[in-house]
Amino acid sequence: MMEPVLAILTGLFFAAAVYLMLSKFIIRVLLGVAILGNAVNLLIFTNGRLLREVPPVLAAGLDVPAGPVANPLPQALILTAIVISFSFFAFLLVLSWRAYEGLGTDNTDRMRVAEPEDAPLPPEGY
Amino acid sequence: MASSPIDLSLALVTEAPDAADWLVVLPVALCIATGALMTMLRGRPSLQGWLAVLALGVLVMLNIGLVFHIGASGPVTMMVGRWLPPFGIAFTADMTGALFSLSASVVAFACALHSLGDISETGRRHGFYPFLLLLMAGVSGAFLTGDIFNLYVWFEVLLISSFGLLVIGSEHRQIDGAVKYGFLNLVATTLFLIATGYLYGIFGTLNMADIARKAGTLPDSAPLMTLVALYLFAFAMKAAAFPVNFWLPASYHTPRIVVSALFAGLLTKVGVYALLRIGVMLFPTEREALSTVIAVVAGFTMITGALGALAQADMRRLLGYLVVSGIGAMLAGLALGGADAVSGAIVYGVHSMLVMSALYLAIGLAGRAAGTFSIGGAGGLWQRELTLSALTLVLFFSVSGLPPFSGFWPKLMLVKAALAQGAGWLAAALLVSGFLTTIAVGRLFLIAYWRPAPLASSAGAERDPSSGGRKRGSAASLLPVFALMLASIGIGLYPEPLIAAATTAAEGLVSPLAYVQSVFGTEATP
Amino acid sequence: MNSVILRTVAPALVSLMVLFSIFVLLRGHNEPGGGFIGGLIAVAALSIYGIAFGVGAVRRALYFHPIVIAGSGLLLATVSGLVSAFFGVPFMTGLWVTPVILGTEIPLATVMSFDVGVYLVVVGAIGAVALSLEEEEDET
Repeated sequence: MMEPVLAILTGLFFAAAVYLMLSKFIIRVLLGVAILGNAVNLLIFTNGRLLREVPPVLAAGLDVPAGPVANPLPQALILTAIVISFSFFAFLLVLSWRAYEGLGTDNTDRMRVAEPEDAPLPPEGY
Repeated sequence: MASSPIDLSLALVTEAPDAADWLVVLPVALCIATGALMTMLRGRPSLQGWLAVLALGVLVMLNIGLVFHIGASGPVTMMVGRWLPPFGIAFTADMTGALFSLSASVVAFACALHSLGDISETGRRHGFYPFLLLLMAGVSGAFLTGDIFNLYVWFEVLLISSFGLLVIGSEHRQIDGAVKYGFLNLVATTLFLIATGYLYGIFGTLNMADIARKAGTLPDSAPLMTLVALYLFAFAMKAAAFPVNFWLPASYHTPRIVVSALFAGLLTKVGVYALLRIGVMLFPTEREALSTVIAVVAGFTMITGALGALAQADMRRLLGYLVVSGIGAMLAGLALGGADAVSGAIVYGVHSMLVMSALYLAIGLAGRAAGTFSIGGAGGLWQRELTLSALTLVLFFSVSGLPPFSGFWPKLMLVKAALAQGAGWLAAALLVSGFLTTIAVGRLFLIAYWRPAPLASSAGAERDPSSGGRKRGSAASLLPVFALMLASIGIGLYPEPLIAAATTAAEGLVSPLAYVQSVFGTEATP
Repeated sequence: MNSVILRTVAPALVSLMVLFSIFVLLRGHNEPGGGFIGGLIAVAALSIYGIAFGVGAVRRALYFHPIVIAGSGLLLATVSGLVSAFFGVPFMTGLWVTPVILGTEIPLATVMSFDVGVYLVVVGAIGAVALSLEEEEDET
């Protein structure tokens, strides 16, 4: 019965993330990416089926858990995904800062250094 | 642990793996270990370079061994950490993965050799070689893993390394390109992760062999369509297919030319490999249903890529569009889907890796010799750089798909497969894109190479500082281009071994029984 | 940051945190904990030391460049996985030895050396990022 609540929450996260990423200002896109990462983690967590208050930890001296426990695999996947999205966020943050410093704008419409708008056409004749 | 009351054979692999099975994980382990060693040698750039060449040479040997091993005895599996499938992470290599892995390592080896003379001291201090080795770890891991979440992790490894390579030098245009490359690729891998989350929710497993044997038995196929559409979208973005390909021409011309060559050879092909793995092996029914969409995307990718190449005045940007056009040809193989079409796509992948990297390296040398990357500003290269120009001409023929070079055979296979399935317009798109490519590179050759040099004043005015001034390429930096060109001619003149291997690979993808049995043992029922 | 209180407390706090990070790392053997979280605690300690005494002091205290530390950790982790090749078991299988040192059985495993590798990678990589960010703050 927790699943529908979490599904709706995940949907809200995705909506916010997509809305922010559609902006042309890099800082908003960055925030959108951060929210997107969390939305995905929530999605994986919900997809692994939910159980309350039974952490997948073995009691001392046991080889198998005594009763039902939560599914540990989605938690491992999320941990990996958190680490990765954290490092990506750090990298993109620094990159955006450098871009803002170097190009003087965080408006993607005006980032035309690599693809100049007035690029010449190729020569038409020999 | 012998005192355990539990029957360990239920959870653990009990028999020792063959020594040859180690070939599946050694490429990855070698790359990570060497990359780690290099970060420890950060004060000694020249040592790093030779170490990289040595390690990548060994990597090529390992991959050759892997291809022959698989050719002799079918797909190979190693369960990491001894856990039984589907619980442990499986490294499973079949012919497709091994062929891609081999050509990737050849490309990386050539680029490392080339870089000995090209990457400047500052580039080395910024860690070109460690990033190169970690990139290769990610690429090899992606080709050899048999677990879909593990595939995601390797994608991220290669993505992080590619970020590092892309911004070596920290010029403004590099940062501009890196912003677009970074954000769009991050969105693509996040889509991949979303799809993987759904996949785990539907199947309860992440092992590709397990998914392959369960995919046909699900009672409800509606979630699978969503899943496959998400995967196709994510990997099409990584592979730079038509509506989502704009990050590639926006960024591939900005880094050092060696880095561009590596990216052109490796990154998009990983996306294509993942498309083949997901579309052909795991979810053939859903791919069949979506085949029209994929075919339209493939056609547009080919034609817009070639048209984009025609409109460029910068040699490196022209190459970026040619990479896109080649991706379209491989997607055509995916859209058609039969063993003959998929084998065409695989041969095209091998060809495209070798030739596109060689082209970037050759154009880098040409740009350095001419002092500019602008097509109109260069000229007279034929008189001054005869060897280089001849090499480049061969590569141009090859990328256009003219016989007797390596681009000809995969195009032939794809066109034949398209005609056999009654998709005449796709065959026409393949031929038209080849024709447009010929015009684009033909004009590039005529104007920048064949035409006498323009007056010194105009050339000086247009000189591009990123080309590093007018210098002659050394023999050492020509050698890798020459070797890749020889490989292209070799495939062109004697394509039978590659086509046979690709046919084996494609049949393994279309009917993955051998793949499943390599993971779960021969008694496993598909 | 020029605060007497912080500079007085920092050495004690930092040494405690590093000790705790190693405790968490070793505890991860069989209970919650491990190399990743231990490494993060150690990086937090380094950052506090950097705030109190400046980035230069941290770099001197570390002696090796953070990236070198990360590289050595990565190498250690990979080698821990490869050791299993010599024992006829697949890649990254945990192998155990229990030597008796001073009358106590001490179980050691390649799992642990792998975790130490992870610890070093996290300390090195996150430490390098943290230090370079702090350095930039000092300049401005």
